[in-house]
Amino acid sequence: MSTFLGMPTATGAVRGDRPFPAAAAAGLADDQLRRNLAHATGTIRTKRLAAVAELDDWEQLRLAGSALKADTMARLPQLLEQLEAAVAARGGVVHWARDGEEANRIVTDLVRAAGATEVVKVKSMATQEIGLNEHLEAEGIAALETDLAELIVQLAGDRPSHILVPAIHKNRAEIRDVFRESMPGAPADLGDDPRELAMAARAYLRRRFLEAGVAISGANFACADTGTLAVVESEGNGRMCLTLPRTLITVMGIEKVVPTFGDLEVFMQLLPRSSTAERMNPYTSLWTGVTPGDGPQEFHLVLLDNGRSRVLADPEGRSALHCIRCSACLNVCPVYERVGGHAYGSVYPGPIGAVLSPQLTGMTGGKDPNSTLPFASTLCGACFDACPVRIDIPTMLVKLRADAVEAAEADRTVPSGQDVAMAAAAWAMTDARRWSRLISGGRLLAWRRRGFRRLPWPGSVWTRSRDLPALPSRTFRQLWRRRPGAGEGR
Amino acid sequence: MRIALFTTCLADAVVPRVATATATLLTRLGHEVVVPPEQTCCGQMHLNTGYWRLGAQVVRHHVDAFEQVLEECDAVVAPSGSCVGSVRHQHAAAARRQGDSATAARAELLAARTFELSELLVDVLGVTDVGAWFPHRVTYHPTCHSLRMLRVGDKPLQLLRAVADIDLVELPQADVCCGFGGTFALKNEGTSAAMLADKVAAVTSTGAQVCAAGDSSCLMHIGGGLSRLQTGIGTRHLAEVLAATREAPLVLDAVGAGAR
Ligand code: SF4
Repeated sequence: MSTFLGMPTATGAVRGDRPFPAAAAAGLADDQLRRNLAHATGTIRTKRLAAVAELDDWEQLRLAGSALKADTMARLPQLLEQLEAAVAARGGVVHWARDGEEANRIVTDLVRAAGATEVVKVKSMATQEIGLNEHLEAEGIAALETDLAELIVQLAGDRPSHILVPAIHKNRAEIRDVFRESMPGAPADLGDDPRELAMAARAYLRRRFLEAGVAISGANFACADTGTLAVVESEGNGRMCLTLPRTLITVMGIEKVVPTFGDLEVFMQLLPRSSTAERMNPYTSLWTGVTPGDGPQEFHLVLLDNGRSRVLADPEGRSALHCIRCSACLNVCPVYERVGGHAYGSVYPGPIGAVLSPQLTGMTGGKDPNSTLPFASTLCGACFDACPVRIDIPTMLVKLRADAVEAAEADRTVPSGQDVAMAAAAWAMTDARRWSRLISGGRLLAWRRRGFRRLPWPGSVWTRSRDLPALPSRTFRQLWRRRPGAGEGR
Repeated sequence: MRIALFTTCLADAVVPRVATATATLLTRLGHEVVVPPEQTCCGQMHLNTGYWRLGAQVVRHHVDAFEQVLEECDAVVAPSGSCVGSVRHQHAAAARRQGDSATAARAELLAARTFELSELLVDVLGVTDVGAWFPHRVTYHPTCHSLRMLRVGDKPLQLLRAVADIDLVELPQADVCCGFGGTFALKNEGTSAAMLADKVAAVTSTGAQVCAAGDSSCLMHIGGGLSRLQTGIGTRHLAEVLAATREAPLVLDAVGAGAR
């Protein structure tokens, strides 16, 4: 059982309020969402395969990425201290946050100290994870998302549904409506042409960039040897945030550190091809501490744990921390494609969310929504094949299912129906005679040569959308015993 | 060669014709088939549903049942990608989680000798033309565990292409999961059904008479969908297609595809 005493669990937006099957039902029933997602993921899937096929050494790159991450996790404390020293030596200030609440408090104090009531933001999973925007708002500080898709989601009062394309569940007509209604200064006759939409957002954002005194970002990578931070993005909004304001605050999960600057070579090849199917991403911003007279004059790095030490402590679950948030696993996942990101409750949806969220929070028993996430998969394995750092998500899902069942057993006094059925099946399956007797019972139903259309519960769960074949009048072991020439006892 | 048949619980209880076909095929190719009498199930359902303590008991039983014949047999074969996947990728780990390293070591030895049907035929026995005759239009669903856990690649297709008079048509989006996933089909019934709908549409688009696959469980799911929509398309296991000959043809109507 993987309970790590004393390890803090995550706070923030990493647990939904409903079990996965209930939340998935909403996505399944949303025709527009289904169409948007099928189109968007279908397109990116094809493009990714083409981008990856261009490189002869793609598999070696994946192995290198995986090895670099494994090495990083094996000596994470040491690398983080090295990073801290390197950042401080270049004039940055490093803060350590045990969980989301602590990180939110640190950031709020820093924004206040800078005298700002408004901040511009670069798209960041870490700040979403801890619910930073909501926290700042409650403290009277407005946080403006500047990534186009993130802005759409923010203006719509919606939640992101994809880690890279947060508004993947919206099409352009829906986006036009959001802009018309909620974006100050948007033209009343705004059309739904993508360029027109982008230009409207650009006009709106430009002034805010120039006025902002504080920017908040996440980080894709941080090099322990040089103290260099890296943000990878496509629109240039990140570059504006990272260079224009006087104060820059970066909130980064502790697993984002890499040992050396040179290691970026591997990840800068893996990430763009896996995420956007690009050979090279449009904007890669690298900065090291502060440079007098150039860019932000104050730089704060908030290192966020929020459950990560807990994940690190589990040798079988640890590689969930290797994730570079490319979103390839979401795009190839047949479950994600049909239910959408909101079904996963957490800000981390799809296959990686199904293994990461339950580990960050821990699973507390049968009623915990995060206990249902490891079961939100057919174990088809498409995610593992797509993952640029080779995280074996299917194996980890199965292991987390074992953890979930153990947590549920510890949580209840009376066994569930499933517990009883599984115990009975195991009882029969551990003795050939018991098993043989059980399955010969099938012949009682074998009169029905056409199979079954509708069965009473629990069989009804199967027959709601599929028929069940007719059962045979003889089991294989009976047939084999009576085959012509049998008799030697085999 | 003397080959132990790992029937799989589903074939034993629900589709015995698949196990029979496997035995018939191997016998026709000149091998002796042994059916270890103590076998029941590989424990995959328990393991994939999170019941590892119970699953490990089933795993131990499986190892006991096959170890008895391992001395006298050259290989173990199962007509199922996912059961062999469980033997190869889960059994030792399941025993180890319960602290049973002795069973884990025995499970590893057994796993090294256990093969999925197309692996056994192509890799171990070195045949692709098994002398089968199946004059029907067939489309093949590769199944996720064969494809991505065992990495059988195009071995099943090599075997099917060599079948006389077969009209093999490519299945669009073949590598996408059918939505079965064991207890997933019950726990997440709606999502499973949505995935099945797309698989059924892909199968129907081929104009095939039969959808074949190497796993009875996926076939039960796809077949259940094809039958529900009254498509008139049946499902057959790879073993059944390969076991069919001119002398002993597989009559398609003999077994109902499902409810009508
Ligand atoms: S788990 Fe792998 S594929 Fe999924 S987002 Fe992370 S790095 Fe990408």
